[in-house]
Amino acid sequence: MDILEVDQLTKKYGDLTAVDQISFSVPEGEIFGFLGPNGAGKTTTINLLTGLARATSGSARISGFDCARDIKRAQQIMGIVPDESNLYEEFDGFENLSFCAALYGMQKDEREKKAKELLQQFGLAETGKKPFRTYSRGMKRKLTIAAGIIHDPKILFLDEPTTGIDVASARQIRQLIQTLNQRGTTIFLTTHYIEEAERLCNRIAFIVGGKIARIGHLEELMREVQQENVVQLAFADGVSNLKPSLQENFPDVVVEVPGNQLIRLRSSSPLNLTPLMRFFEQKNLSVYEARIMRPSLEEVFVRITGIELEKMKQEKEGKAKQ
Amino acid sequence: MKSWIAFWNILVKDMRNYYLKPPNISWGLVFPVAWTLMFFLKSQTAVNVRELLPGVMSLSILFGTTSMLAVTMTFERRSRSFERLLLAPLDLNLLMLAKTSGAILFGLVNAFVPVLFALFLTNLSDILWLPVLGAVFLIAFTSTLLGLFIAVSVKEIFEAQTFSNFFRFPMIFLCGLFIPVQALPLFLRPLSYILPLTYGADILKHSINHDGQLGLLTNFGVLAAFGIVLFALSMRNVKRKWIY
Repeated sequence: MDILEVDQLTKKYGDLTAVDQISFSVPEGEIFGFLGPNGAGKTTTINLLTGLARATSGSARISGFDCARDIKRAQQIMGIVPDESNLYEEFDGFENLSFCAALYGMQKDEREKKAKELLQQFGLAETGKKPFRTYSRGMKRKLTIAAGIIHDPKILFLDEPTTGIDVASARQIRQLIQTLNQRGTTIFLTTHYIEEAERLCNRIAFIVGGKIARIGHLEELMREVQQENVVQLAFADGVSNLKPSLQENFPDVVVEVPGNQLIRLRSSSPLNLTPLMRFFEQKNLSVYEARIMRPSLEEVFVRITGIELEKMKQEKEGKAKQ
Repeated sequence: MKSWIAFWNILVKDMRNYYLKPPNISWGLVFPVAWTLMFFLKSQTAVNVRELLPGVMSLSILFGTTSMLAVTMTFERRSRSFERLLLAPLDLNLLMLAKTSGAILFGLVNAFVPVLFALFLTNLSDILWLPVLGAVFLIAFTSTLLGLFIAVSVKEIFEAQTFSNFFRFPMIFLCGLFIPVQALPLFLRPLSYILPLTYGADILKHSINHDGQLGLLTNFGVLAAFGIVLFALSMRNVKRKWIY
């Protein structure tokens, strides 16, 4: 069953179309990645889905509740973690979590119990009594995520959860996202870290210029840009002098020798490994690993969007440090 | 019930984070004293504390509520913590009432600081306290909404302060506190009657010094209408400007 259904959603600011007739759905229990460069329309989409912005046309529904007409009921079942931590600097961790729980109408005993549990789970129990302003960037992100899930939402919107934080905290946050998902929470994740999306997401949408450029499962997206079949073979002995004879015997295959004990074979059609193995056997060479080489999601992203990832990362990280 | 839990916690949060901070408490005490002293210095004869009371009370509320709400809202908008409240499953009218309640309470307390001082200096026995309380509440409510109107119109905290003064200073001279409305030039009188403070100050004059110009019922009716219209306008502005 789909927890999120978006149909022809459009948002215009004067002449600028920030989100342009996007349509997609997210089944319950999925980690859905929403990837795109700065200004692509990721945050505007989240704002439209969570009630911070009004759509010019089109519709969106969360668990059947219309995001325009019935937004307050939809907000009851969603959690939101914005791209910048927006908790109260004066409050400590425990007070921040208790306050956020109160916004969802939780009773005092219940919210205090939940706040303590989350501080423990997120490794913030010791700093729970310190003001939020004294927290490191990573700790702030973790507490903001904890605040987003204190009311046990069915769907959690995470906007750039690991931008601008240290490697260890980012890793912890990724683990937390996986744990939450395993417990049944649907995750809507925007990120500019392609490897993060690759590791976490079941399905991914690329948004460019307000439009969805491509959407699909990881495998589907990769298959789409995979124009050739690549197999890499690893040998126990050196094979650097084998290239001419191999090329002569298999003229339809492009042979590359990327290392002394590695051979890479490229072909436009699926590779038949049996004659190749026979060839190596005749040469008394033992193949101890054969690996199908796939394009990375990064390659897929660059090919589909035409946007250089490094530039995108630098822009984002520069913004996060400000 | 769930909504009221959120309402109460927003109010308590605002009181703790903003209104009960030492600088604001001292502002609440210093401000009425400064106003009284100003009137005292201006007066060529002995000061009648009771005559000053409606003016000092009105100005304490006006200055306390407008700037406080405008500044705190602008601050929360800038730090994006206000988004957290907009994202909560809480009716927008109730949310804005929760946000304004803190400023209204702050205004109520500010209004009674000069009354406390006056208790030691003059006889306050024949004051009509019920209308005083009603007027103080309605002045605080309308002034707070003026603060909200300012908060919706600005982006920076310093703009909120400047914009507040743009409204407040003309109001002081046009609401009949310093110069009776009847003594104002004819072309300024309509301006005076479109200011809620004119009606609030008149109730206070009625109730404290028994010398108001308009009837109590008229004053309350107009002031309540101002409150309703200002709240409706503020909500329209909030929806238009903050939910893009």
